[in-house]
Amino acid sequence: MTGVEVHLDGLRRSFGAVHALDGFSLRMKPGELVALLGPSGCGKTTALRVLAGLEDADAGRILVGGRDIGGLPANRRDMGMVFQAYSLFPHLSALENVQFGLKLRRRASGDRAARMLDLVGIGAHAARYPHQLSGGQQQRVALARALAIEPQVLLLDEPLSALDAKVRVQLRDEIRRIQTEVGTTTLFVTHDQEEALAIADRVGVMRAGRLEQLAGPAEVYLRPANAFVADFVGLSNRLPGRLDDGAVSVLGTRLPLVAPATGGPEVTALVRPESIDVVPDPDGAGRVVSTTFLGPTSRVTVAVGETLVVAQVTGERLAGLSVHTPVRVDLRPVPVALES
Amino acid sequence: MTVVSDRPDPPASPPRARAPRRRLGGARAGSLLGAVPFLAYVAVFLIIPTLVVVVGAFAGDGGFTWSNVAALGEGYILDAFARSVALSAVTAVIGAVLGAVLAYALVTARPGGPLRRAVTAASGVLAQFGGVTLAFAFVATIGLSGFVTVFLRDHLGVDLYAGGVWLFELPGLALVYTYFQVPLMVIVFLPALDGIRPQWREATESLGGSTWQYWTRVAGPLLAPAFLGSTLLLFANAFSAYATAAALVSQGNPIVPLQIRGALTSEVVLGQQNLGKAMALGMVVVVAVVMTGYTLLQRRTARWLG
Amino acid sequence: MAGLRARRARRQRVFRWTVLTVAGVFFLLPLAAMLEFSSRDGGTWSLLVDWPRLAAAYPDLAEGILASLGLALLTTLLMLALLVPTAIWVRLRLPGLRPLVEFLCLLPLTIPAIVLVVGLAPVYAWVNYLIGGSTLTLTFAYAILVLPYAYRAIDAGLSAIDVRTLAEAARGLGAGWTTVMVRVVLPNIRSAVLSAAFLTVALVLGEFTIASLLNRTNLQVAINLLGKSSATMSVAVSLAALVLAFVLLLLLSLFGEKRKAPN
Repeated sequence: MTGVEVHLDGLRRSFGAVHALDGFSLRMKPGELVALLGPSGCGKTTALRVLAGLEDADAGRILVGGRDIGGLPANRRDMGMVFQAYSLFPHLSALENVQFGLKLRRRASGDRAARMLDLVGIGAHAARYPHQLSGGQQQRVALARALAIEPQVLLLDEPLSALDAKVRVQLRDEIRRIQTEVGTTTLFVTHDQEEALAIADRVGVMRAGRLEQLAGPAEVYLRPANAFVADFVGLSNRLPGRLDDGAVSVLGTRLPLVAPATGGPEVTALVRPESIDVVPDPDGAGRVVSTTFLGPTSRVTVAVGETLVVAQVTGERLAGLSVHTPVRVDLRPVPVALES
Repeated sequence: MTVVSDRPDPPASPPRARAPRRRLGGARAGSLLGAVPFLAYVAVFLIIPTLVVVVGAFAGDGGFTWSNVAALGEGYILDAFARSVALSAVTAVIGAVLGAVLAYALVTARPGGPLRRAVTAASGVLAQFGGVTLAFAFVATIGLSGFVTVFLRDHLGVDLYAGGVWLFELPGLALVYTYFQVPLMVIVFLPALDGIRPQWREATESLGGSTWQYWTRVAGPLLAPAFLGSTLLLFANAFSAYATAAALVSQGNPIVPLQIRGALTSEVVLGQQNLGKAMALGMVVVVAVVMTGYTLLQRRTARWLG
Repeated sequence: MAGLRARRARRQRVFRWTVLTVAGVFFLLPLAAMLEFSSRDGGTWSLLVDWPRLAAAYPDLAEGILASLGLALLTTLLMLALLVPTAIWVRLRLPGLRPLVEFLCLLPLTIPAIVLVVGLAPVYAWVNYLIGGSTLTLTFAYAILVLPYAYRAIDAGLSAIDVRTLAEAARGLGAGWTTVMVRVVLPNIRSAVLSAAFLTVALVLGEFTIASLLNRTNLQVAINLLGKSSATMSVAVSLAALVLAFVLLLLLSLFGEKRKAPN
């Protein structure tokens, strides 16, 4: 089975004075997994619910496989949906939950439901009821139920956010595996940037009902389109810089810009901790203020004059960077965004 | 978009007595004294009356007898039980259906909104509203010279009582009982409706289900135990009611509580007192069976919609 | 866009208001009718608020009103004295006894008042013999009748606080058991105690079965008696009693809402 193209075009949706969607457009390639990422209230869930038909749009078009489905009710849109939690029918067993959609469509289910449960790794618990399953197992069943009807589009609305950290990572990887296997075009909504970067073919970062950037995870991380994206995805230092000649000077190093900038010359640059290196140096301008051990990588906070800089170093180098050590701060010349 | 935890707070581990084991015996005996006044009071005014009914139902002049209980098989008593059951069942079903519709109308409103709060509070009051005052309220409304009766007669030419004065008979009782059954249903059924999660409807829709399919395959089966349980509670409520009927019914003792009154107050027939106890025991048995069913259904509801 | 969802919401709103309007008419009509009925005789309401004239004109009614007010007060006190210390004590010192106490408190729900009165008759023969036949002795039976409702209210209040930790903290500071109960636990369940008291008053003011069958005259028995001689007056008193119960129970539910709000 191959996926279809999904095109959301100029969607608008207001709740009173709040614009949940403000001219939101998104084009998903067949079989692709797009993660919508953003702070709460940015409209990402509204976008998903409008696509599912669970919410009206005030304006805009929804095209699935080239067909405008905006006028169709939710039950004729052919979308599989996984909710944040509690969506399994409590009076049906895991297997019956998966069969539910097949029965509604009077489709001869054969052993399809059982095979879907095997696919999500719940085959052994097919006879159990939702209250006998853990949160992670319930979400697996919900995924099997959504996929059983062979939907054109799979919609995942924060499916992992009610789970424990460990289960979350495990299920995240598995959703990715299963999605790749079935090849259904998938929209995944989350507020967790790590989750979005890990699971998606492309990540769409949203703010105030609009898409700020839509790109592959690496690009969103390494070349954020603007300061909001840089700030929301990953950690960033806010460092004072001087704009001149299409580049910015920060702590004595000239850094390229992700996008051409105007204004200045005094600006604030957003620099990732891993783009900064800290080297012990008796003549260095910085002093180590604090260190945080985080396993494979660790964080060092350095004061350079009035400015505090957070840098990322490998665990073993932390030993030489005790508090008060004089250090030199090196910036790698990767493109940075400027705060507007 | 908040993260919803699906786990309630961990139950506090049962605190253990920290006193040394040696002291426990003495402390326990002392502690027990604290519960004695309550237990003694309940024994005198609840347990003894209950035993009086149970023992009395099997007591005759010369000790144990089945004759009181056997007398329950007499025609007029069986009729009274049948009428009581019919009255309770009819008002329970009517109350349950209307109350469920009203409760559903309420849950479509905003959960914390003023409308919902006002109607819930009013239901709490009306469900307690019974007895003599309710009977008189209906006399004032559709009694022979009641507000509605007079209005219909004078303005529309409709005679409410063309077929007899039914207000003071079983049909009247049924109407009056409905007045407290509906609000009671609202109160006991609302929590179950609140337990229905919007995701279930949305999941049904995204799986291709129509509104009809949602109600017949998801919401219906999920609400059935709560609806049935609530109906049983309404049944027990109507079955136990006495005051409304005592104030309203003018002739004869058509239902069991009124028959018991008859047995208590008449001193004509010797041994009637214990027949009253047998009928009382019969009532307790019916109510106990119904309430057991209610409890079992509530448990199922708590698992699905808790 | 078609606005399918908006259309459904509109349909739901129409349904909601239709149902609520019909229900509102059904439930308000008898109340309105009572007001109309009791106002047909001009003097009824003015007589009702003039106690000396009322007492002279309807001595039975006056007696019933006084008896019911006295019963409400006495039953509330008796209920609180019985239930509050026991409920606290059982939670603190006798957790093993809690299921029994709960069972006993909820038992009256399965024993209709008409059944209870059958069993109470011999018990009241002793009460009459020992302390006389005053109507106020009904307090003993009423305390049993209100037990389930009062217990639920107080138990909910106790569940909302951690009685054990509070008590341990107070005892650690040197308080005796009496101090713990009166000065530590009680102030924390004030609103629950108030709820229980409101419910008790409302239930006692509405009680008819036991009073009537034990041949005592309380408010409801008096109203019923009055219904045979003066329909207008009986409806007026019914309405007054009802409004009083309404106000009590509405206060209770609004109070309960407010109590829940900060959590």
